[in-house]
Amino acid sequence: MLLHELAHCRAGDKGNTATLSVFPRADADYALLARVLTAERVRAHLAEFVAGEVVRHELPDLCALHFVCHEIVDGGVTTSLALDTHGKSVSSRLLALEIQ
Amino acid sequence: MRTTRIGSGAGFSGDRIEPAEDLLRRAGLADLVLECLGERTVAQAQQRRLADPSLGYERRLPARFTRLLPLAAAHGVRVITNMGAANPLAAGRVTVSIMDSLGLRGRVAVVTGDDVLPVLDLDAPAWETGRPLREHGEIVSANAYLGADALLPALAADVVLTGRVADPSLFLAPLADRLGWDLADVPLAAAGTLVGHLLECAGQLTGGYFADPGFQDVPDLAELGFPYADVAADGTAAFGKLPGTGGLLSRATVREQLLYEITDPAAYLTPDVTLDVRGVRVTDDVRVSGARGAARPDTLKVSVGYRAGSKVEAEISYVGPNAAARGALAADIVARRLAGMPVRAEVLGGETDCRLRVAAIGHDGSLLDRVADEVESLYTNGPAGGGGFRAHVTEVIGIASTTIPRAATHPEVTFLEAPDAAA
Repeated sequence: MLLHELAHCRAGDKGNTATLSVFPRADADYALLARVLTAERVRAHLAEFVAGEVVRHELPDLCALHFVCHEIVDGGVTTSLALDTHGKSVSSRLLALEIQ
Repeated sequence: MRTTRIGSGAGFSGDRIEPAEDLLRRAGLADLVLECLGERTVAQAQQRRLADPSLGYERRLPARFTRLLPLAAAHGVRVITNMGAANPLAAGRVTVSIMDSLGLRGRVAVVTGDDVLPVLDLDAPAWETGRPLREHGEIVSANAYLGADALLPALAADVVLTGRVADPSLFLAPLADRLGWDLADVPLAAAGTLVGHLLECAGQLTGGYFADPGFQDVPDLAELGFPYADVAADGTAAFGKLPGTGGLLSRATVREQLLYEITDPAAYLTPDVTLDVRGVRVTDDVRVSGARGAARPDTLKVSVGYRAGSKVEAEISYVGPNAAARGALAADIVARRLAGMPVRAEVLGGETDCRLRVAAIGHDGSLLDRVADEVESLYTNGPAGGGGFRAHVTEVIGIASTTIPRAATHPEVTFLEAPDAAA
C-alpha cells in the first residue's frame, strides 16, 4: 500500500534544505512508520530530488517523523530552474512510497 | 490567570484580506499580526526603493490598510506588521496619509535598523555555498532578522510597521507586552515563540494547506477562517477560529505547522530564543504546551539579496494518442538546438496530455531569448500537434544567508501621528 493510506506529510524549505514531516493518520501506526520509514528509504525514494544527506528526527510525543533533506537538487527558491521552486510538492511525492 | 487574544491576519504578501476583516470585527482581539515579508520579497522591495526612494514598502499595504485600519480603530485592536519591507519609514508615512483620508486618529510606530548592508562584511561566507558573499553577484540588499526586543518600544502605538523581523518575534513582542513577560525569561520566550511560529502562516494553521479530498476533507476553503490564540500568562495557548468560517483547526493541522521549516527540532534558532519543540504536546482541542528553550544566539541571521540574472521559462503542450512520445521528441530537438547551454528541459504530465518545459538562468538576455525562440519554433519545426506556447523572462534576485553580531545592529523606533500635524 502507499504511505498515503497511512500518513499525511508537509514539506518546508530553508534555502537548499527541505524538511518533510510525516504524521500517521492514526497514532497507533507511529511504531510501524518508525520501523519502515528509515532515512535511507526516504533518501532512495527521493533520490531524484535529494543529493545530500537525509536526517531523521523521531518525535514520539508529537507522533511525527521529521526528515531534514540536505542539498535539494536544483534547490534554492530564487535561483532554481524547477517548476516548483520551493519543493512544496515533494511532500506528495514522498506519500507515493510503497510500504508493506 | 491573565490571558490575551492575538490573531493572524496574513501569512504572506498575497494573502486574502477578508479573514482579517472578520477577525477584527468578531474575535475580540487585543492584537492582529500581518506577516507579509518573504525572503525574496524584501530584496524585490529594495529594488523598488532604489528605483524610487518613496517606495519599497509592501505593494499591497494601501489596499490592506484601507480595509483593515477602520475596523482596527473601531474595535481597539493594535495592528503589527512587517509590511514596511525595505522602506518602513515610507510605509509609516503612507499609513498616516491613509488614516488621514479615512478620518482615523492614532499613533504609528516604525521600527528600523534591519538594513545592515552598510556594515555587512561581504567577505563573509554564505551559509548555502561557503563562498564569500561578494562573489555571488551584485549585492542589492542585506537585512538582519531583528527580534522582539526591537519591537517592544514601538508597542505604545496603534499601528506598528517593521521591515525584516523574525516572523515569530512579531507575535512574541505583543504577547510579552500584554502579559508582562520579560524577554529574558527563556521558558516564556520559548512559549511565545511557539505561538508565533504556529500563527505566522495564518490559514496554513486552519486547514489552508491540508485538504486531500477523501483523505483529509476540509470544509469551505472558499471562506477559510484565520486563526487566533488565547495565550495565558504561563505561556500555554489555546487556538481557535471564528464560528461560521471555513477551514479545519485540528491536532493534525497544528502538528503540520509546528514542524514546518524547522531544520532542527531541538534547536530552532530565532533572535529571541533557541526553541526546542521536541516535548510539545497538542491536544485534540488544539491546546499547545511544552515548548522549551535555551538562550538566544549572540548573532542574527542576515538575508542577502544579489542580482542572479534572469530566468526564462518556455512551454508547449502535446495532447492525445502518443502525446508523451511527441513531447519527448520535442525535448530532444530543443536539447540539440541548444547543445552546450545549461538549460533544464522536462516533459511534464501524462501519456495523453503533457507539456514540454524548458528553463534557463543567466545574465545574457540574448541567450535567454534564444531559449524561448527555440521552443516557439517547434510550432512549425517540431512534432505534430504542438500548441499553447508560452514564454516569459523574469529578473532573479538570489538570496544568500549569513550572520552578523547582534551588537552590530542598532534598531530604532520612530513615532508618527495621524492626523499628520505637519500636513
